[in-house]
Amino acid sequence: MNMINLTIDNRPISVEKGTSVLDAAAQIGIKIPSLCYMKLEDLNIENKPGGCRVCVVEVEGRRNLAPACCTEVAEGMVIKTHSMRAIHARRTVVELILSDHPTDCLKCAKAGNCDLQSLAQHLGIREIHYQGEQSTFREDTSPAIIRELDKCIRCRRCEMMCNQIQSVGALSAINRGFNAVVSPAFEMNLDHSVCTYCGQCVAVCPTGALTEVDHTGAVIRALSDPTKTVIVQTAPAVRAALGEEFGNDPGTLVTGKLAAALRRLGFDYVFDTDFAADLTILEEGTELLNRLTAYLGGDQNVKLPMLTSCCPAWVKFFEHQFPELKDIPSSARSPQQMFGSIAKSYFADKIGVNRKDLIVVSIMPCVAKKYECSREEFSVNGNPDVDFALTTRELAQLINLANIDFTSLPDEDFDNPLGESTGAGVIFGTTGGVIEAAVRTAYEVFTGKQLERLDFTELRGMEGLRHATIDFNGLPIHIGIAHGLGNARKLLEDIKDGKSQFHAIEIMSCPGGCIGGGGQPYHHGNAEILKKRQMALYREDQGKAIRKSHENPYITKLYEEFLGKPMSEKSHHLLHTQYFDRSKN
Amino acid sequence: MADYKMHLLVCGGTGCKASESEQIKENLLAEVERNGLSGEVQVVMTGCFGFCEKGPIVKVLPDNTFYVQVKPEDAGRIVSEHALKGRPVEDLLYRDEHDLPISDSKHMEFYKKQVRIALRNCGFINPENIDEYIARDGYAALAKCLSEMTPEEVVKEIKLSGLRGRGGGGFPTGLKWEITARSVADQKYVVCNADEGDPGAFMDRSILEGDPHSVIEAMAICGYCTGSTKGLVYIRAEYPLAIQRLKTAIKQAREYGLLGQEIFGSSFSFDISLRYGAGAFVCGEETALIHSMEGLRGEPTFKPPFPSESGYLGKPTTVNNVETFASVPVIINKGASFFNNIGTEKSKGTKVFALAGKINNVGLIEVPMGTTLREVIFDIGGGIKGGKKFKAVQTGGPSGGCLTNSFLDTPIDYDNLISAGSMMGSGGMIVMDEDDCMVSIAKFYLEFTLDESCGKCTPCRIGNKRLFEILDKITKGLGTEEDLSRLRSLCKVIKDTSLCGLGQTSPNPVLSTLDNFYDEYLAHVKDHKCPAGQCKSLVRYNIDSEKCTGCTLCFRNCPVGAITGEKRSAHFIDNSICIKCGVCYDKCKFDAVSVS
Repeated sequence: MNMINLTIDNRPISVEKGTSVLDAAAQIGIKIPSLCYMKLEDLNIENKPGGCRVCVVEVEGRRNLAPACCTEVAEGMVIKTHSMRAIHARRTVVELILSDHPTDCLKCAKAGNCDLQSLAQHLGIREIHYQGEQSTFREDTSPAIIRELDKCIRCRRCEMMCNQIQSVGALSAINRGFNAVVSPAFEMNLDHSVCTYCGQCVAVCPTGALTEVDHTGAVIRALSDPTKTVIVQTAPAVRAALGEEFGNDPGTLVTGKLAAALRRLGFDYVFDTDFAADLTILEEGTELLNRLTAYLGGDQNVKLPMLTSCCPAWVKFFEHQFPELKDIPSSARSPQQMFGSIAKSYFADKIGVNRKDLIVVSIMPCVAKKYECSREEFSVNGNPDVDFALTTRELAQLINLANIDFTSLPDEDFDNPLGESTGAGVIFGTTGGVIEAAVRTAYEVFTGKQLERLDFTELRGMEGLRHATIDFNGLPIHIGIAHGLGNARKLLEDIKDGKSQFHAIEIMSCPGGCIGGGGQPYHHGNAEILKKRQMALYREDQGKAIRKSHENPYITKLYEEFLGKPMSEKSHHLLHTQYFDRSKN
Repeated sequence: MADYKMHLLVCGGTGCKASESEQIKENLLAEVERNGLSGEVQVVMTGCFGFCEKGPIVKVLPDNTFYVQVKPEDAGRIVSEHALKGRPVEDLLYRDEHDLPISDSKHMEFYKKQVRIALRNCGFINPENIDEYIARDGYAALAKCLSEMTPEEVVKEIKLSGLRGRGGGGFPTGLKWEITARSVADQKYVVCNADEGDPGAFMDRSILEGDPHSVIEAMAICGYCTGSTKGLVYIRAEYPLAIQRLKTAIKQAREYGLLGQEIFGSSFSFDISLRYGAGAFVCGEETALIHSMEGLRGEPTFKPPFPSESGYLGKPTTVNNVETFASVPVIINKGASFFNNIGTEKSKGTKVFALAGKINNVGLIEVPMGTTLREVIFDIGGGIKGGKKFKAVQTGGPSGGCLTNSFLDTPIDYDNLISAGSMMGSGGMIVMDEDDCMVSIAKFYLEFTLDESCGKCTPCRIGNKRLFEILDKITKGLGTEEDLSRLRSLCKVIKDTSLCGLGQTSPNPVLSTLDNFYDEYLAHVKDHKCPAGQCKSLVRYNIDSEKCTGCTLCFRNCPVGAITGEKRSAHFIDNSICIKCGVCYDKCKFDAVSVS
């Protein structure tokens, strides 16, 4: 290994060639402040435009200051990270950013979570010496994301996520000089662009420039309306992250407290989206087996590989970018929408409540779910199957508002019948989880045999693109997995070119899957948090008595009492959907 | 040109063309034919002569007669008098400061001290005729390189010559070529940076308009040295004439086998294509230029990696400025020692400057490095317009600084200009006289930078905006002494922290005026006065009742009705209405209006 010797703040250090000054300093406990720079280790995500200039340091013999994030170490380098010159420059740069930033921190959606706020605090900024004109941009509200560009600091993290990681291309830098900003082309509104609402821009925005649309007020109103029955469903990834909002370590499972908190908030029934995840497996798994059987029987028209369709951002992505492939994804609705549909039919009948008096709220790790539940096809006579989708962060806000001391809550169970789930439903929240759950059921249905092992480790991990072959009793089933839409694009290009060898592909828009969703507690560039959430879900799966979707007794009951069998006509009507060509709009 | 007895050279630069030089050429051609001189007199449209102040120019060879401010209707006299009878048309001749006509341009002060290397063919050959370029040793350097020299020998020669980048940075050209040559890659590129954008600068445009082949030849030589087979010229779309001439030249070079496969029968192949810029100043920065060529947003990125290692499409790329390339064939033809005998210790050869501002001879000049500012401004430039006092000269465009009287005898080279607080830049030179307010000048350059910053890094995007706002405040009489120290402090941080050369140098006009004209700043903030009388918020117009004859001219021209008074009696200005447009001052024939 090629080592480089240098001195940082009078301390000699030897680091690998190619290391940045920022990383080298971190190795000896020197934390140089940075702002635009962001790296998610092991996920191949790095934002390094060198634009904010907060991390500037003094390098002996160099004319000007060097940005630590972009500057590679060199032999014999002598670096001062806290010389008068460096501190003065760093503070001035932050003052300049603040001079073009609204000072409404007290009521900003990002207060307490804002990187700029903590940086200003860190540097002890008490006065802004340079005042002048401030940027004023039109606020842009879409079904899921709000853009308040006056708070944009041009770190370009959102642009990097949107282009390099997601390959969506909705956001890019426009205009010049003081007017430069990140926006859809021609400053059009986000809902007119190709945005998928994946929310990864929101997840990485250091300030309050990008946030989710807030539905907490609407939910409080519904909860206090005596004429409404309000029920709630909560997605698998939420239980692995919500605790972070209340000071728990990343990876803490708070399933029981989550149920308890929702009950205390006043929801009439506290259900679990995991139940609907099990239902999804039955529908989607059956669809896969049907296609597979037809294919093996020589049907030339059958579409393979089959793609999962749980992720609303992914659905919008292919509707915009690959409309010609819209027959390939499973027609199964996402768990959120299956839940809403069953809740407002089967369950409403069961409790004798009129559809319009039943409010379905979902707690999601996602901002795109807000958009998904507003899609017209998921409503009956204008009444949506799911009324409001809240993010994990919004739920934490509600819990605080209701004076609930989350950490001291007892563990409680979900209600029945829509609260019972299996381990298969739980792992929907991580990349690889949906397909693993599907394999557990599809294998047993297809082969008629019992699985010897339930942990398909070959399907797990954090690699952006993965593949594995599962032996279905002598028939090799090729499975592909992608998370991050940029990775998904590669698999879709292969399908388009007729090069894909897969039978089934799982796609999730967000890096890491739903655990890394745009509605989760902010990770602040720390990929370890995502990994810990992932491990938590696998732990929960392991601890479940039932770990295969088709063994969920309430699912069996649902089919017996209401749906008949998977892919039945009723299922088609309530649990499946169609896709649209959005390439023209 | 040997067949003709006389050549009538008509300037075909953008400036002269805008003053009907095309029509002059047409008329000359018609007159030549009418007088039956078609076999003896050739009319040629050339590139820029440099003496733009007095354009359109017509030069007669072999006599070296230099006609200025020629009109299309003068064509008849030039042909019937000069061509037919051998008598120069005296009233069209250039006149010196004593109003004496000069018949031989060699005796013009404007040209006397010039040494033209990069501009050697401008105003001499028809840029749209490759044969004329070849007749002046054109493509001989490329032939010499391909047939007699190894790539290493060529690089060595360029290094020996001491040639440094003429785009502003002054990086040693030979070293740049050597780094690209050493980089291993399946494809390398040669890029000519023709994204000239300094206010008042037109060096590159004139070279491309007047001698495009010299750039093409040098790019091919660079390709040979560095192992590149593809050349790209990044040129701003606002230069249509340069683009057209470059296109013609590339086409001709291809037809002659001087571009394309196996040039001169060697194994070396090279071709050139054009890329158009949308006129963003920041795209003159090489990484921004490369991104723009790649179809990305024209924004700089951190160096290293330098383009010589990883440039266009991630491949090793040599980026040189137009003028740098134009000097290369001469170095190869005449040898490094010819070039490095000209100039100062660390700055060799010559430099082209575009003279503009309050100077008599606005135009394009080329002088040996080491020439003093005094020689350039007073000898070649003919001094200050209207006999006013010299105040400052801005070199290096918006990246440079304002130099005062005390620097007039400084020999111009890269290092001297930097230690004087300015820089060479690409060669813009704007002269200011006693009527110019230096705070306003600094503000003018900041405004330019503000428009042209890409907005990527904080200090340039917001810092320059704040600098501008402070300057604006000062020119409005609202500044304080504290603002001056704040200004200086912010300038230093912007220089210290900006991402690219644009931001790192943008405070220079402010710093250099603060250094050299601090009193003027003080007058603005302490006394709320603009000594030069330029800052409108700080001046008052008054009518001297003694001098005023009551002619009513000011009264009739005032656009806002701020002037009152009866005919034949003294007039008055109501300063609460006056918008300080200065019309009364300009119109008064009796010197009765004063500015205070």
